[in-house]
Amino acid sequence: MRLVELRDVSFRYAGDDDYAIKEINFSADRGEYVLLVGPSGCGKSTLLRVLNGLIPHFYEGEFDGEAHVAGLNVRETPTHVLARHVGMVFQDPENQLFLSSVEREIAFSLENMGLPRAEIRRRVENVLRLFGLEELRHRAPYELSGGQQQKVAIASVMALEPEVLVLDEPTANLDPLSALEVLSLVAELAKEREVLVILVEHRLELALRFATRLVAMKAGRIVADGEPREVLERVSRLVGCPPVMITYKLLKLRGLSLEGPPLTPEEFVDSLIRGWEVWRR
Amino acid sequence: MAEDVYFSYDGVPALRGVSLTVRRGEVLAIMGENGAGKTTLIKHFNGLLKPERGRVLVFGVDTREASVAQLARRVGIVFQNPDHQLFAESVEEEVMFAMKNMGFPPDVARERCERVLKLMGLERYRHRSPYSLSMGERKRLAIAAVLGYNPDIIVLDEPTAGQDFLNKCKIGGVIAALKAEGRGVVIVTHDVEFAAQVADRVALMARGKIVRVGSAHEVLTDEKAIKEVRLLSPQVPWAACMLRERGFSLTNTPLLPGELYLELIKLLKGRP
Repeated sequence: MRLVELRDVSFRYAGDDDYAIKEINFSADRGEYVLLVGPSGCGKSTLLRVLNGLIPHFYEGEFDGEAHVAGLNVRETPTHVLARHVGMVFQDPENQLFLSSVEREIAFSLENMGLPRAEIRRRVENVLRLFGLEELRHRAPYELSGGQQQKVAIASVMALEPEVLVLDEPTANLDPLSALEVLSLVAELAKEREVLVILVEHRLELALRFATRLVAMKAGRIVADGEPREVLERVSRLVGCPPVMITYKLLKLRGLSLEGPPLTPEEFVDSLIRGWEVWRR
Repeated sequence: MAEDVYFSYDGVPALRGVSLTVRRGEVLAIMGENGAGKTTLIKHFNGLLKPERGRVLVFGVDTREASVAQLARRVGIVFQNPDHQLFAESVEEEVMFAMKNMGFPPDVARERCERVLKLMGLERYRHRSPYSLSMGERKRLAIAAVLGYNPDIIVLDEPTAGQDFLNKCKIGGVIAALKAEGRGVVIVTHDVEFAAQVADRVALMARGKIVRVGSAHEVLTDEKAIKEVRLLSPQVPWAACMLRERGFSLTNTPLLPGELYLELIKLLKGRP
């Protein structure tokens, strides 16, 4: 069984007429960086809530299908057990942070898990270093900038050493440089620790460069899933595409085809330089 | 509109000599890193904050000599966090409230309410509580409530944060329409790609000062200035800069995808 496996999963919130997600089939493994996109209200957050068991344990409604995370049946596993395998990071870190220092914030959930002191210390030091937060360890989270707060939120989640890291628009309130920093840090983690990252993010020009896989949703269903370039070509009307990809498309319409499509300026420039020599002949 | 404005919070300077004009029929983007003073500046535009030194004129009226209520009719501000402005029990009431307060006749108010809810794609939520909406929807509701009472200048703080692509397009469309109607639109944003698409002029702020102001094209293709205020270059000028480094002699620095395309075609044709 794969690390995350959803089979024909549908969910309808109590009181709603329509299903929020319909017949979702999705599986993913360690080391993948899955970018989940789609218009607001298409069911992305509902899908994420299934992964950590908030659905069906907290949200009432009608749940069909089979969902397994880390081999555990989501329907039969209490959320606190799932929480050891699935870390969640939200848009607004302020809602997640409440203690008086960064260090204590990170240690808190480890203490709750009943880990031995030495192990807690090891893990706290580890993530402080990994996220470059050592100098901020004694500062109160509420004094920090939005970018730093979001790093602390992700660090506290990563200290639990989950196999799956789920991020719901983690950079919505960050400036572009901090956003890029947070997303690339997450990408490094996915690689080094072989974590499965599932990220919801609207700013494609920032997030696409890291994704190994792109999943697009519309009206509760997955409408495309696969290699980011291929998926994006199919769904760009729905989710937009990076500016350099528009230039690529304009050139293509004129009969000037390049390798691609490019997701980043670097890719565009590289494939343009390769194509240029051919065009000039 | 703002002339050499100084402001501080409890002695900590937030604005240090800012002069900036907002024009009708124009979209002005104010950009810069968090804490640069952007939000402090826009709070001066409707008199929520009054300058300690210098002055702010709104259609010729000094903001120190007018009430916020008077100024708000002419200058509508949508703040970054919509929850600070939403309070009514339903989406519809939220939009109706300010209009009623400002003395719009009920039938006019109703008609305008209809229009702006539709414009923001919120008509199906009219009876829902604002708090049952998503962040992106609440933000659009806050915009709708301000558009309702028809101010001459509309100020939007981070209008695209948390908005998906289609809604971003919608907001871009609304901004273009407001501009075409001859209103002045000010956006505070980190979203360089959005600014590249909608703004006519861009002002970059850092440490309580405006460090650069000019046409959107001029400012957003100035890689050095962009970096200085901790923004990322938009993708197209970024690619253009890399192309130059690799020997492509582009005559102009493009800002938008179509401009880059035209530059490349020109270069390709110009070659022997």
